[in-house]
Amino acid sequence: MPAIATQALSRRFGEFTAVDSLDVSVEEGEIYGFLGPNGAGKSTTVRMLVTLLKPTSGDATVAGSSVTDHPGDVRLRIGAALQSTALDPNQTGRELLALQARLYGLGRGRARRRIDELVELVDIGDAVDARISTYSGGMRRRIDLAAALVHSPEILFLDEPTTGLDPLSRARVWEEVRRLNAEAGVTVFLTTQYLEEADRLADRVAIIDRGRIAAEGTPVELKRTVGTDVILVRTPAADDALVRRLQEIPGVDRVDRHGHDLTIAAQDGSRAVGPVAVALHQAGVDVEELVLRTASLDDVFLEVTGTRFASDDEEQES
Amino acid sequence: MTAVATRRATARPAGFATDLMSIAGRALRGALREPEAVLPALVIPIFFFAVNVGALENIGPAVGIEDYRAFQLPVAIIFAVTGVNRAQALQQDIVGGYFDRLLIAPVKRSALLLGLLVADFVLVIVLSIPVLVLGAVVGVEYATGAAGLIVFLLIAGLWGIAFNGFSYAIALRTASAGAVGASFILFFPFAFLTTTFVPEDALTGWLATVAVYNPVTYVLAALRSLISEGWDAAALAGGLVAILIVAVVSFTLSTLALRGRISRG
Repeated sequence: MPAIATQALSRRFGEFTAVDSLDVSVEEGEIYGFLGPNGAGKSTTVRMLVTLLKPTSGDATVAGSSVTDHPGDVRLRIGAALQSTALDPNQTGRELLALQARLYGLGRGRARRRIDELVELVDIGDAVDARISTYSGGMRRRIDLAAALVHSPEILFLDEPTTGLDPLSRARVWEEVRRLNAEAGVTVFLTTQYLEEADRLADRVAIIDRGRIAAEGTPVELKRTVGTDVILVRTPAADDALVRRLQEIPGVDRVDRHGHDLTIAAQDGSRAVGPVAVALHQAGVDVEELVLRTASLDDVFLEVTGTRFASDDEEQES
Repeated sequence: MTAVATRRATARPAGFATDLMSIAGRALRGALREPEAVLPALVIPIFFFAVNVGALENIGPAVGIEDYRAFQLPVAIIFAVTGVNRAQALQQDIVGGYFDRLLIAPVKRSALLLGLLVADFVLVIVLSIPVLVLGAVVGVEYATGAAGLIVFLLIAGLWGIAFNGFSYAIALRTASAGAVGASFILFFPFAFLTTTFVPEDALTGWLATVAVYNPVTYVLAALRSLISEGWDAAALAGGLVAILIVAVVSFTLSTLALRGRISRG
């Protein structure tokens, strides 16, 4: 039985459809990446899966129970770290974890042992006894993650767990997620707007755009749909005639045009880039940028949605 | 970073009593760490007691009051207990996402509200103590003795939490710091359009009419009866029924607001 399965899961807010007939299946022990830009429907999906928001139609089964019919059963078996770190700045880290432990029915001794384990896991050290208001952004994320894990959930939902973190803190969160998955077998449902995060962390990735799944597969499978290598050309002269000309070059698999950007997919980019440059020169076009690189999920996103990610994601990739 | 616990099915619903005490305990801890939130409840009643007694003590006999200090002490206690709550903290929980964390936990939904009211009850009882000490210092005695003093405190505490239902309804409905802050305005008609300064017989015009419908009139009558008259079943029943009516209205509003917030997500 899959850990998470949605059946035509939908959520509307008035006339706006945030999530549109979503069918997703996540296997036990998998890290599943839900990739999309702001407003794509990622957080709305997670809020339905963690029982915070009722679907307008459709249903989802999480850890074997329906989120609409048996939300209480679902809550016992999931943990969640949502987009805004859900913390009380007036409590200490230990008080936060102890309260979580009590609400999940852990006895005092068991709660104490579990909190000690989590303090070590998220590497919060003595700061666990300081007020959360004194924590840095990275520490807040880590104590939030610890709070989501107090009751040893089978499925962990992480809604943009590294948004706003510096690269070092981001790498630490990734390491903890991998460890939880590998050593404790926790299934992870991860939303992200960072391509690199989905690429490096997820076993499978779904690209969500305007409430619908635009593509799904392993990062490798998805990138293969674009090509092994990509040559990016930016030119104001990009038009259909130029696209046709470039497509005739041996070794070029496909050429897509989005405004001034041409995306040229090739199995061996290093062989194709020379003829491409020559063809551009012969066509007499003014080339602003010409880049050869391996395909990324960004290329997949462009391929399936027709737009690139926002600039803050490009920063993340740099 | 070496420890990862093996997966165990450890979670179970903690039960209503544990949920209630956990939520109340956290709310009390939060109140102790925000003394600025409870300071007005200590200062305002003592300030008004001093001003009212200082300015109006001499008119007491003219309106049929023998001991104006005893007449003012219940007013001070109402000022001490009205509007002392964790609504601002609840609003911050909602905006900051902590309320979502509680909703994802297997916690009884009613405990989220009732736990706050339990904490408020403890808080207003504690905040009433300085006012009672003030009463003792200025020579106010209870015709009903020590038992009357305890009933006095309980009635004040019950009024405090009945009123708080409105503040929680506003916090849950709006999640707006401004709206929650403004909810204090509700305090004024309750506290002043009543027998705050003179007895009911001495009120005239529209104020006399409004006071008849103001539940605080009956709460003050019940509190004053414990000080001045001895055990007066009718006055006590009047006060408790008034509190009950306010509680039914305010708790219904706050429960509906909680349900609305849960269903809206």
